[in-house]
Amino acid sequence: MTAWLGREWPWYIAGPLIGLFVPALLIAGNKVFGISGSFSHLCAAIAPGRVEYFRYNWRRAGLWNLVFLVGVLIGGFLSAHFFGAQGVAISIETRASLTRLGIHDFTGVAPRELFSWHALLTVRGFVSVVVGGLLVGFGTAYAAGCTSGHAISGLANFQLPSLIAVLGFFAGGLATTYFILPFLMG
Amino acid sequence: MTMTQATLSQFQGCGSEGTDSSEVRTVFLPVFLLLGIAFGFVLTRSEVLSWFRIQEMFRFQSFRMYGIIGSAVTTASVSLALIKFLKLKSASGELISVSPKPLGSGIQYAAGGTIFGLGWALTGACPGPVVALIGNGVYVMIAALVSALAGTWVYGWLRPRLPH
Repeated sequence: MTAWLGREWPWYIAGPLIGLFVPALLIAGNKVFGISGSFSHLCAAIAPGRVEYFRYNWRRAGLWNLVFLVGVLIGGFLSAHFFGAQGVAISIETRASLTRLGIHDFTGVAPRELFSWHALLTVRGFVSVVVGGLLVGFGTAYAAGCTSGHAISGLANFQLPSLIAVLGFFAGGLATTYFILPFLMG
Repeated sequence: MTMTQATLSQFQGCGSEGTDSSEVRTVFLPVFLLLGIAFGFVLTRSEVLSWFRIQEMFRFQSFRMYGIIGSAVTTASVSLALIKFLKLKSASGELISVSPKPLGSGIQYAAGGTIFGLGWALTGACPGPVVALIGNGVYVMIAALVSALAGTWVYGWLRPRLPH
């Protein structure tokens, strides 16, 4: 049991488990599975300013979402610290592509050459973490959803807005992968 | 329509859309905490929070991420159909309903989605994984989280001037 909890789960276990969060949240409180809404709730709670978009009762609308997010933090901690975290066994092709790109540290869950406090002081680290984070926060708010809200909940409910958003996710992701990353790492 | 209702109905965040804004009673909050813990666990063990896995996906070099997303959507879709067919009620007693998002011109989904996609491949993490990574000890993602909150705030500020 413990050994199984510590290994990487195959896609046919992980995928259905992720999908089950949709009915679980609906049954628990008629809530649609999604994460990025909690970014808006945090803005509304911490610094609404004079921005009308953040002037709403965040406790009423989003306390459940923030509590869920705290859970995600704890879950990540428990999983990594009690059941171990090891390098990610990516395909040989990806390893080769990333090596050509200039990534050499494959030991963590993310490359330390880009994702460490030290790397934050480099242009590539700053762009990956800070600029990347900015785009994630702005884009998910603009699109009114992220991977969980659109790609999982929205597509599962056959919503056209979610299909458009997911096509956008991929257009943006491919642009970063094939144009921005080679430039950034070059 | 009162001011509060107007603001709430204008509000469109990931996850708040489509549901009524009924407050979750305090007794049920621990359930959401436990579900969040389970989700953080699954994100870690499935490795979908890994920058390496996201690169593998965008380079089409493994079926893994597509298998995960595809089977997640299928499971969620079948569950939703069952919930609708059985007319299930939530724990608080309301009839479960998922109303569709307004399409509008669709620009917000195309533009916002693309902007998020650019950031997703840079950070290697969508919003859930950003938080789960901090739990995993990748503490620099605290900077990504703060930055993402700033991004969301800038959107709220610019919202009246953006096409939707």
